[in-house]
Amino acid sequence: MFEESAVIRWRKYTDRYRLIGNACKACGETYYPAKEQCPCGGKEFAAQQFSGKGRLLTFTEVKAAPEVFESKTPYVIGIVKLDEGPKVGAQICDANAGDLKIGQRVEAVFRKFYASGETGVLHYGTKFRPVF
Amino acid sequence: MTAGIVGYGAYIPKYRIKAETIARVWGADTRRIVDGLGIQEKSVPGKDEDTATIAVEAARNALARALINPKDLGAIYVGSESHPYAVKPTAGIVGEAIGAGNHYTAADTEFACKAGTAALQMCMGLVQSGMIKYGLAIGADTSQAAPGDALEYSAAAGGAAFIVGSQESEWLAEIKDTCSFTSDTPDFWRRGLSPHPRHAGRFTGEPAYFKHVLQATKAMLDKTHLQPTDFDYAVFHMPNAKFPIAAAAKLGFKPEQYKDGLLVTAIGNTYSGCSPLGLTKVLDKARPGARILVVSYGSGSGSDAFVLEVKPLIEERRGLARRTEDYMKRKTYLEYAQYSKHMEEIH
Repeated sequence: MFEESAVIRWRKYTDRYRLIGNACKACGETYYPAKEQCPCGGKEFAAQQFSGKGRLLTFTEVKAAPEVFESKTPYVIGIVKLDEGPKVGAQICDANAGDLKIGQRVEAVFRKFYASGETGVLHYGTKFRPVF
Repeated sequence: MTAGIVGYGAYIPKYRIKAETIARVWGADTRRIVDGLGIQEKSVPGKDEDTATIAVEAARNALARALINPKDLGAIYVGSESHPYAVKPTAGIVGEAIGAGNHYTAADTEFACKAGTAALQMCMGLVQSGMIKYGLAIGADTSQAAPGDALEYSAAAGGAAFIVGSQESEWLAEIKDTCSFTSDTPDFWRRGLSPHPRHAGRFTGEPAYFKHVLQATKAMLDKTHLQPTDFDYAVFHMPNAKFPIAAAAKLGFKPEQYKDGLLVTAIGNTYSGCSPLGLTKVLDKARPGARILVVSYGSGSGSDAFVLEVKPLIEERRGLARRTEDYMKRKTYLEYAQYSKHMEEIH
């Protein structure tokens, strides 16, 4: 059983749970996840809370999944372009691939990622679902 | 000192299974089941949903209506009988996900289907005493039922959240009063490591549900000097449709008072989320000045009764988050095998 360290994931709770990235103070470019160095050369950033609203850029259905996600198949993963700019790779939930369309509006929701086996920690974070 | 609801929010997963789909698997008479329970279909959690994720979305909807800084929450209580962990609080997960900071007290509550209303009373006490500014009370469940058990037709998923505060100018509804009726009654239980609850069949009726709901309601009416006719809306816990309708009739409440909160026919019994969700559906509609009675029931057993009065501010706040009915209308039906996978009965 693949098991990522609970402590490593704990360090990402704030950005994973609440979609918080950062914005370069020099050029204003926004990032998710947060960056420490901007291509413009800027090294100073301010925390950026994203609205969670965006559009679906692309998606695919996963039928042969890594072990921790095997019980969840089939599920959809995709890339979402947030209204504030950044592109985020995430699971697209509450939808079958056949129901989705490129360019449609999606919104961030808090969902379970996976469980570390029968007795390990449960991992949560942000996924996206079609706006209804 | 008084308390009121400054924000409320609902969440119901999109998946449904029809009673006839379940009945077909077990060779049961669909007509008899639907007529007996009054439940056409029930909500089912997504494969990535549990009590914590349901609680978070309900809480975010409550915050959207309350327009408060989540860091001003002094308490978070999550009531459920399906907390994701046996030991590790759902309330802390919710606090992190809504950005409540760290300066709040928190705990998970459990009292079968009334853990959410118990949480609401705890928040009222803390707010009324001046210990905290705002408290967040949530009732949420992904309730379990053994395959083939009668509970399988009703055990559903959903939740509701309420932010309680003491500033009258912020109230969407005042909580005028509350009282409870509690006893030691073995009508329904789940032992520590059992995956599914057990129940005492017909014993869940008269000595359990009806005794506690009726006594709590009568005590509430006596305490507030109110009559059933003084209420615009009444919400009684809904393990099925038959029980709350019978309780309402015994107490002298009319269908027009309870029909708006009676969502069990469409989504099943969401356990700790059940009467709280009935209240959110009423708050989505009630006009300022409307008086609401809410009476929960938790097996084991107990009932919490509340009298609320809707305030004018609700008119401009209710549209700031999705209404309960928005979630009720959004649905995808599952076949029984898919349902079993969602409930992790098969992997």
